[in-house]
Amino acid sequence: MKILVAVKRVIDYNVQIRVKDDGTGVVTDNVKMSTNPPDDNAIEEAVKIKEGGKATEVVAITVGEEKAQETVRKALAVGADRGIHVKVDGILEPLAVSKILQKIVDKEKPDLVFMGKQAIDDDCNQTGQMLSALLNWPQATFASKIDVKDNKLEVTREIDEGLETIEINVPAIVTCDLRLNEPRYASLPNIMKAKKKPIEEIAASDLGVDVSPRLEQLKVEEPPKRKAGIKVANVAELVQKLKNEAKVI
Amino acid sequence: MAVLLIAEHSNKELRPFTLNAATAASQIDSDVHAVIIGQNFADAAKQLSELPVVKKVLSVEGTHYENFTAENFAPVIVKLAENYSHIVCSANTFGKNLMPRIAAHLDTSQVSDIIKVISPDTFLRPIYAGNAFATIKSNDSKKCVTIRPTSFDPCESTGGSAPIEKVDPSEEFSNTKFIKREEIKSDRPELGTARIVVSGGRGMQSGDNFKLITEIADKLGAAIGASRAAVDAGYISNDHQVGQTGKVVVPDLYIAVGISGAIQHLAGMKESKVIVAINKDGEAPIFSVADYGLEADLFEALPQFMEELNKLNTIQK
Repeated sequence: MKILVAVKRVIDYNVQIRVKDDGTGVVTDNVKMSTNPPDDNAIEEAVKIKEGGKATEVVAITVGEEKAQETVRKALAVGADRGIHVKVDGILEPLAVSKILQKIVDKEKPDLVFMGKQAIDDDCNQTGQMLSALLNWPQATFASKIDVKDNKLEVTREIDEGLETIEINVPAIVTCDLRLNEPRYASLPNIMKAKKKPIEEIAASDLGVDVSPRLEQLKVEEPPKRKAGIKVANVAELVQKLKNEAKVI
Repeated sequence: MAVLLIAEHSNKELRPFTLNAATAASQIDSDVHAVIIGQNFADAAKQLSELPVVKKVLSVEGTHYENFTAENFAPVIVKLAENYSHIVCSANTFGKNLMPRIAAHLDTSQVSDIIKVISPDTFLRPIYAGNAFATIKSNDSKKCVTIRPTSFDPCESTGGSAPIEKVDPSEEFSNTKFIKREEIKSDRPELGTARIVVSGGRGMQSGDNFKLITEIADKLGAAIGASRAAVDAGYISNDHQVGQTGKVVVPDLYIAVGISGAIQHLAGMKESKVIVAINKDGEAPIFSVADYGLEADLFEALPQFMEELNKLNTIQK
């Protein structure tokens, strides 16, 4: 089995983002960037499946500007075999990304496509589902457990009411939850080795996909601030405040 | 053209957030039709027809719809979409799973998780875990929108009498098979809609210690929440997780116990009306959003909290 894993470069999850003064977006210059966290889980799972002898190749792909390649390089350092970087500048909507991925799937013919369930920058939660729609493949979203069985996967999904288990036939798309596994760290020797692994660069414009935006971001602003609260001295004061001041209990 | 609302239900009854989504749909256009897809859902369809904002109910029944598989739902909705300007659904796991599949078939860029309808083509939505709000205008002729249910009030649930029209089912998608669903049954209010939420974090130190929280939640008629750290550590099941990738809650009172307040957790609760933080680390970020902060060891504070509650003559429910 061949697994294609899509990774995205985003502002690091620990960074407190700042909105630009002119309201056109958030500040990304000189801000720490890293791989979208659940995409790390997607890579880890693919590598684990390969280590378990059930996959033959793991290919990491990213779609984005020059520096997005760092995320592919990181995937190579934790066990992906080779990389693909579809180069494109500017912000892409999930629909455009899924169309690009569809083209790559047509070419690479993977049996599985993994990715994180949601990117922590735009919080859209769309790309995996859109790709599976375009390919007419089954989708297992929000996966917290994956069992590979011949040409099927049994996937446990995290849903609002608890857990759901489905069985999907390969080829299929899986979007990964943070609880799927514990991503490993890249060791120094593996980081060095990753530098020799191939990354194929493809210009998005060569794929014949219309990636023009359909949405206009008119404004980005700070959310309303909460007014500063107070510290209470003890539990009795807390309960009195809740009862008599906030009147919520 | 009218708005098509996708009803979320359990085959037995409507799920409560359908009412919030109906409100959002009616703010886009007063002509709201609702589609209900499932198996043996007569009561749920009747409930849907009684929502005054819903002008027509489309009912699609089939055994392959019983478990709400997106691969089965999408084709029938895509076909219905011809007659509508907007397709609307809640941004919970049901809608998050389903709507992008519809949007891709319609070649539409979806607008996810909106918190406000500014005009029929312009919406407000949080990005970066709610640390910024983006105003988004959709230029697609057909718009697919998921709504954050806690940002819209539920619509009236009685008084309407919309006609129910049957629609032919689409074919079954055979490559996805439902196996089982493990729903955690509880007598407590649902986390998403509870008036009070008491949440525990890594500071709880064990699943057993959550009984300190359970006790208080029972006394207050509250739902129980948790940080991702607590769920990851196995203290409590995933359906309790509040945060960027869990549930977003907006209760009247949110009590965060032993939760440091990572950006990802704050994303799920900082719109709560009153926030209480109990944490022994006075520098914990959770205090920056708390109306009432108590710097204390939770293992001393929680039993005292219970004692104080027991002293009260009345507690609001």
